Amino acid sequence: MTSSDPARNTASAFDAIVIGGGHNGLTAATLLAQNGRKVVVLETAAAVGGATRGYDIHPGYRSAGLAHIVNRLDPDVAKLLTLDVRTSPGALLPTVALSPDGKHAVLRGAYGETIDGISPDEAKAFAAMRKKLMFQAGILKRFLKRRPPEIGKIRLNDLGAIAGAGLSLITKGREEGRDFLRMLLMNVADVADEYLSDDRLKGLVAFDATLGIHLGPRSPTSLLGLYYRLTGETNDKSATQYVPRGGMGALAPAFEKAATAAGVTIRTGMSVARIIADRGTATGVILASGVQVTAPIIVSAIHPQATFLKLCDSGELDTGFVRAVSNIRSKGNVAKLDLALDRPPAFTGVSPADHRGRLVIARSIAHVENAFNPAKYGEFSPDPVMEITLPSLADPALAPSDGATLSALVEFAPYDLKGGWESGKPAFQKIIIDTLERYAPGLSSSIVASHLLTPVDMETQYSLPGGHWHHGELQADQLLVNRPVNASAGYTTPLAGLYLASAGSHPGGGISGLPGLLAARHILSGGRA
Amino acid sequence: MKKYDVVMIGGGHNGLVAACYLQRAGLDVLVLEKNDWVGGAATSRELTPGFLYSNCSYVCSLFRPEIMRDLELPKHGLQVIAYEGGAVFTRDGDYIASYRDHDSHRREFARYSKRDAEAYDRYARDVTRQCRFIQPLLMRTAPDPFSFKPRDISELLYLGRKFGEFSAHDMAQTLRFWTMSISDFLDEYFETDVIKAYLALSGIIGTALGPMSPGTAYVLLHHYMGEVDGSVGAWGYARGGMGAVTQALASSFRASGGTIRTGADVARVMTRGGRATGVILANGEEVRGNLVVSNADVKRTFLKLVEEDALPETFIHRVKHFKMRGSSGKLNIALDSLPEFPALPKNSSCIRGDLHFTDSMERMERAYDDWKAGRYSADPFIDMVIPTTLDPTMAPPGKHFMSCFVQYCPPQIEGRDWTDADRDAFADTVVSQIADYSPGFRDRILHMEVRTPREIEAEVGLTEGNIFQGELTFDQLLFNRPVPGYAQYRTPVPGLYLCGSSTHPGGGVMGAPGRNAAAEILRDMKLKPAEMSPAHDVI
Repeated sequence: MTSSDPARNTASAFDAIVIGGGHNGLTAATLLAQNGRKVVVLETAAAVGGATRGYDIHPGYRSAGLAHIVNRLDPDVAKLLTLDVRTSPGALLPTVALSPDGKHAVLRGAYGETIDGISPDEAKAFAAMRKKLMFQAGILKRFLKRRPPEIGKIRLNDLGAIAGAGLSLITKGREEGRDFLRMLLMNVADVADEYLSDDRLKGLVAFDATLGIHLGPRSPTSLLGLYYRLTGETNDKSATQYVPRGGMGALAPAFEKAATAAGVTIRTGMSVARIIADRGTATGVILASGVQVTAPIIVSAIHPQATFLKLCDSGELDTGFVRAVSNIRSKGNVAKLDLALDRPPAFTGVSPADHRGRLVIARSIAHVENAFNPAKYGEFSPDPVMEITLPSLADPALAPSDGATLSALVEFAPYDLKGGWESGKPAFQKIIIDTLERYAPGLSSSIVASHLLTPVDMETQYSLPGGHWHHGELQADQLLVNRPVNASAGYTTPLAGLYLASAGSHPGGGISGLPGLLAARHILSGGRA
Repeated sequence: MKKYDVVMIGGGHNGLVAACYLQRAGLDVLVLEKNDWVGGAATSRELTPGFLYSNCSYVCSLFRPEIMRDLELPKHGLQVIAYEGGAVFTRDGDYIASYRDHDSHRREFARYSKRDAEAYDRYARDVTRQCRFIQPLLMRTAPDPFSFKPRDISELLYLGRKFGEFSAHDMAQTLRFWTMSISDFLDEYFETDVIKAYLALSGIIGTALGPMSPGTAYVLLHHYMGEVDGSVGAWGYARGGMGAVTQALASSFRASGGTIRTGADVARVMTRGGRATGVILANGEEVRGNLVVSNADVKRTFLKLVEEDALPETFIHRVKHFKMRGSSGKLNIALDSLPEFPALPKNSSCIRGDLHFTDSMERMERAYDDWKAGRYSADPFIDMVIPTTLDPTMAPPGKHFMSCFVQYCPPQIEGRDWTDADRDAFADTVVSQIADYSPGFRDRILHMEVRTPREIEAEVGLTEGNIFQGELTFDQLLFNRPVPGYAQYRTPVPGLYLCGSSTHPGGGVMGAPGRNAAAEILRDMKLKPAEMSPAHDVI
């Protein structure tokens, strides 16, 4: 190595390096740049966007990425974007709880403000449950939009949040407060059983609570997954879902444009090989090419396990910390199927307008629970549950004019499949398509091409360790002060100058941008916010 | 007609503990027991000549030493014999043993994995640390976080201050531990499946959850925080069977002047002006008391013994939704001779401890999947002990009593009631499992008692046969147990109290619910308890 070697030149023109150009990395970078920091984003792939990055299914057919609906893009993050994702309330999408007999229940407004196709008694029961859960989710939401409190070092503003939560509990009456502490860690099945009798609705809430999480509806704490969904806010309204104007494919460019407009330098095709640290302080990164980039602030917006176990020198971290990071549970359970179709599919009993919504196959709590059972043993569900959207309806550019695309998020598809996914994939794909055919007869004969992403595919194609879109299980023991691990909760790390900003940090995954936003705020506040 | 100060419904161990404390504080206490013997789920019964069966609970460790001391139980005949360890038999004909001796234990783990042997120290240290978190809570009334009474507030502050003494790291670990599954927790330490399967059993015994369900790591504590003669984590046999615990309690109670009536089945709680005034027996007899204390579970008490319209609507709704969910069955077997397990070395001490046949987490979890589907496990998990290897008083010379605790066994079978044929098929599944590892086992059986949740409910009165009087899930622990707002042993009916395992801190032959209930009753009566050891003050 000589100083004249151009590859070894040290560039220290930046205040901050963001590792990973996913939506959280871009959000953090944008906020830092808007506050006068010189920021560079280093992205391994050829384009930024992370899980919102699209791919081709077949010539002429395209998928907009892993996510196929927006249900928790944070309003503050949305403001950073130039894209108008804040569509009018009329654009909120319904959820259709599909029934094999074609008599579906359709939830409209914010998580079933009104429901078609159910009895008046059931409507009353659902409204009571919804009111209860929305109130409780509202309490939890206070903690999602702020840095997690530090145990043993509760600050004044943390106390404010805790007191606020306590106050809103007490003002609702003692019984509501007691019910909150009783229900918080319950399973979703017991709660649904306590209120509901309609299997379609019970199946739907069981599915929504467990999507993306390695739990069945009868596993204790599974209600947290439903709370998490209900805290999602769009259009300043909780528990809603929509597809932005221009389709999901408009998201990645919007994040990129916002970053560029703020002055962020984006470097794609640049893989970070190491984080340079010396005696407890991170000072820069070394790229795979050997180029060294230094900056006083390094924000890692990739999976925490990749950050600490791959990029950091274990000598700089203590063994207890490394062990805790290795123990983060992060094995995905969801597969994504994209279909290229020569004509739009017709689901029996679903109105043309409702085809634009979210269609869910989860017949009952038992259906979801039985789908989960095999996943515990590394087997995929022989009778899977799934949510389906038809992305080309919102974004016609995704398919030829007479064709259509279908996207399904399917559970349960464990990362560690016994026998491996290579041989498992065709069998699982056939099961999914056969299931779809039962609800949309004729669908299989309209398939031009199909494209199944298993958690292993997501790992390799999206650099998502374990293929887990939350960058770590979203379960009670990996939340708040323990997300991703206690010693690194709140975006700081044992290395000074190194911060975390991915979905692996509080509050977790989904296209929310909150981990990126909160990490950047923390950095900008000098550690006070 | 005589009027008692306190009428106790049920003579289980918690009822007797409470009765002892109340009697010793100067009250006149009557214990009414529907069976012809006291003891509830802690009994020794001679069901075949010469053999004493611990026919419900079968090992002893959780019983609080403070209560033993206060009530002078050793003086009244209670003696607990610690056992050495146990073993899991593996399908390939091998076994893995556990020993109370630390070095032997490590050596045995090292036979499977050196790494796991190393990890065991870390594991034991961490679990013991978690026990230190929970132990001070056991003998205290859970404060109500939504009460503004000075006592609740000061108790909350006290606990907050106590826990504040722990490091931030320990507290974060505790938050994780309380919500983790035992399977995930063990994965953080061990790599060998059979070692995990062995250690996981304490997370599921008595629980309608599988080892992969969140919350089972906490259940582990309920089986880990016990002690025998000051040896924490040790398990033992009560000499003369588990009935020795309740016999000692009954003897202590009588010695202080208390009255026990057996064969007295309570049918209703009498009330006047909304206040409990006594009970009516099944034969119509009225027994009057200033206070009524129920050792029965919360469902039995309020859905069977108390008029529903006397209760607030939300309370009765909560009681109806309280989860009992029996998950276990039991085989009690009289054996002609000691069974042989060819996998074990000759003269192994393991035969005197707990023996299991479930050698993988997957088998354990699949056994739970059967329960979820409403069936008993086709490949059941069995916790088997032969107490007569250490306590010869329970069987004629050379013969043995064997207790097999079996999971999972649902309260109903595929949605319908159990039949005798179902019960026999269930028993055969269990016996076949044992016979696979012990040739000639069937021929040694002299007599066998089979108990599904149906039998447990019918005899002991535990709703759905749940041995903990209610699931130990978060929504049913601490200030939520049994019903939020009624977690301090008082009920919506003035003069009626609960003292069974449906109340904090829950099940196991621990005695803490009975002791805590007595403390609350005495507080209400403004009486000073005689010789009641304070709760753990030191964490």
